[in-house]
Amino acid sequence: MSLYKVDPEKHRHLADEFRANTVGIHSPELQKVLNVFRGADMAGKYVLVCVKPHKEWMLAQLGEGRGDPLTLHHNRVFHSIEEAEWEVFKIRWKHYTGEALTN
Amino acid sequence: MSDEKNLYTKRIVGYSDEISVRPGNKISFMVSSEDNAEYDASFVRIIHGDTNPDGPGYKVEPVSTEIDGRYAGQRQECLGGSFITVSNAAALDGLESFTVQAMIWPTTPEKGIQSILSHWNVRDNSGFILGIDSNGAASFRIGDGSGKVQEVSTGVPLIAREWYFVAASFDAKSGAARVLQDPKVDYAKCNDRADGAATFSGKVGNNDDPILIAACYVENVGSRIRAAEYYNGKIDSPAIVSGVLDRLQMEQLLARKLPDTLQQNVIAHWDFGRGVKATTAYDASPNHLNGKLVNMPTRAMKGHNWSGREMNWANAQNEYGAIHFHDDDVYDAGWDIDFTLTVPDSWKSGLYAAHVRVGEHEDYMPFVVRAKSSVSSSARAVFLVPTASYMSYANEHMPTDAPLAQLLTGQVAVLDTEDIFLLQNRNYGGSQYDTHSDGSGVSYSSRLRPILNMRPNYQCWLGGSGSSIWQFNADTHIIDWLEAKGFDCDCITDEDLHYEGVKALEGYDVVLTGTHPEYWSTPMWQGLDAFKQRGGRLMYLGANGWYWHIAYNEDAPGIMEVRRAEDGIRAWVAEPGEYYHSFTGEYGGLWRRKGKPPQMMAGTGFSAQGFDISSYYRRLPDSHDERAKFIFEGVNDEIIGDFGLIGGGAAGLELDRADRLLGTPPNCLVLASSENHSDIYLVVCEEILINFPGISGQENELVRADMVFYETPAGGAVFSSSSIAWAGSLSHNGYDNNVSKITENVLRRFLDSTPF
Repeated sequence: MSLYKVDPEKHRHLADEFRANTVGIHSPELQKVLNVFRGADMAGKYVLVCVKPHKEWMLAQLGEGRGDPLTLHHNRVFHSIEEAEWEVFKIRWKHYTGEALTN
Repeated sequence: MSDEKNLYTKRIVGYSDEISVRPGNKISFMVSSEDNAEYDASFVRIIHGDTNPDGPGYKVEPVSTEIDGRYAGQRQECLGGSFITVSNAAALDGLESFTVQAMIWPTTPEKGIQSILSHWNVRDNSGFILGIDSNGAASFRIGDGSGKVQEVSTGVPLIAREWYFVAASFDAKSGAARVLQDPKVDYAKCNDRADGAATFSGKVGNNDDPILIAACYVENVGSRIRAAEYYNGKIDSPAIVSGVLDRLQMEQLLARKLPDTLQQNVIAHWDFGRGVKATTAYDASPNHLNGKLVNMPTRAMKGHNWSGREMNWANAQNEYGAIHFHDDDVYDAGWDIDFTLTVPDSWKSGLYAAHVRVGEHEDYMPFVVRAKSSVSSSARAVFLVPTASYMSYANEHMPTDAPLAQLLTGQVAVLDTEDIFLLQNRNYGGSQYDTHSDGSGVSYSSRLRPILNMRPNYQCWLGGSGSSIWQFNADTHIIDWLEAKGFDCDCITDEDLHYEGVKALEGYDVVLTGTHPEYWSTPMWQGLDAFKQRGGRLMYLGANGWYWHIAYNEDAPGIMEVRRAEDGIRAWVAEPGEYYHSFTGEYGGLWRRKGKPPQMMAGTGFSAQGFDISSYYRRLPDSHDERAKFIFEGVNDEIIGDFGLIGGGAAGLELDRADRLLGTPPNCLVLASSENHSDIYLVVCEEILINFPGISGQENELVRADMVFYETPAGGAVFSSSSIAWAGSLSHNGYDNNVSKITENVLRRFLDSTPF
């Protein structure tokens, strides 16, 4: 698990960078932030569930332990992977910084 | 296929008894249908399993058979968890005073009630159990058959992953019952050396049920056993003796040096260091109460007395007397057969599947049809379906188990219906990328169970952005391209090559690999190498091939072993001293560590991996060499494969490179190399001696795929794309693109028998 501290002010511009390109080559600073977000423990970790292949995805969270059922967030359905990635990024940003990102 | 996935479960799943058949052969299918629902069955030929709307689309072709129709369904259970069963327990009839003992290395004492050695009838509570109680302490239970259970415990929890001598005795005359746990290593202030005593009334009740080691018998389900109280951890030298042994006598028994006067009292004393390759647990006593391994617990495990002087179990079998049991081991699900197909003579070689459906739910059970005879087949090319690699990844759980999964992919993990089913049904077993419930690595993987990630239309979190497909489904990109281009190409499997050697390739001039042929047994390696030596041509259309050494079991079909030994990209690591395969006795781990890097087979070998986006190749001067002219005929681009369904490029996911020092032939042409990979791509760990910053895609020169070509002495040749994503670019622009053109040029020339 990364020890890097995400700073809501100093790193705010990295959210913009992520939103412009959610997957692929990122700046080293953004990569550090993403390593924090993506490397978290499994309990309650955010994942996506494929609802319609290549068309629709639903936000979900893993359970507390091995084999525990998913929590499906039926009201958080996305029609592009980029939209879903951005939503999870915002949730994680709030978790690690305490501050909400606006669209 | 339904457009919308059912998010909660799969109501129908199944598997086949064979993975590869010829026309005229029989293949049986076992199906579980929830609520015993009727289901429809038919067969399809699989051409393209990728549902990505940016590609050619999903293509499975119905093929009618006499099997087509509606079937009465039944729910069938996957009874996971390993143990040993000793069916002949008559030697325990009339048991009065007795002692039971074993060395154990428990891995989950905190789990609660577990049986180490039991002879128990759950209907009337008769018999005895040496086990672990709900507090994690060694315990001893007896039942007289009246329903009453008496138990004594040491009362002190065992410490996980420490060796203990555990024993219990019952004196039928006095009723004295005793249980003890003695740690092999003493730690200050732990106080885990303990015993317990009680006076029991009555006697041990007889029963006709089998003796179980590492579980407790419940009932028979057909020919299978339903057990309970599964134990996690190692057991070494379990024994049952009539009469009450004192502590010294217990030690003498453990050392197999019991005085002659007491030898006659030994009812059973199993020696797991004997017959390690097979599935029999030998009893060294005169009673020969040999047991049968169920669900393949792991053998060739270090015993309590392992000295470290010998790393190979075959040279010190008395120090490898342990078996590691897991409550989620699975070998043969053992389901009832639902239907059996005799493969029609009219079927051409290819990928097929039984397709079963209940309402909106469906499952595919893929298998390979070979040519009736490779020698008389019209096809001169053969696609080697990497079934060993499919088996290694079978029912893999990394997106729901492994914290690093989303770091590897640089994306939020997307779960398919099959992943959710596997998350909630751990009894279907894991892959060799998973750990057991006790944290130990999964060494064995079987295909005699539903393998839900080996399906057309399955999307995999490891497959990068875009189509997001991997292994079996990704390989259909090659099948589809061969079909679209009109090439006559047969299919065979890794198992065919393993069991038949080079004879399986007889009559073929060209072998095409899958996208990720990672796992190779010695006979497979030798078979393909002999094919090359005889002038055969090899098209390596993937990456990270010839990486792990595996072993198949000679007695138990459909299961293979890997030992994640001292190097390589590993999801877990084998314990020191446990690097040798139990199935064959061969040293396990990377082929590279055995002096045969992949570069010796294909010219390139594993160099880097990342699972977000793919990149492209740039041509190198060698691509203009006269020897390579045929490869680039009609290709004027300097950039190759800057498009594709896998991450948007032909160079991606896993990448191989040429390296003379690792065995790339000196006459090898490096035609093109990929570049500009993301920082999710990292150099493989076997390349890193002293660790250093700068090992990712934007910085390190080893993060690249080398497209190579070389001729072999017998007039054959090898072409390697060296990227898993390569096949995802074949269909771009209606199959008219430089990746497709290069592949076609190579295959056409390789089919020309003119020596190189």
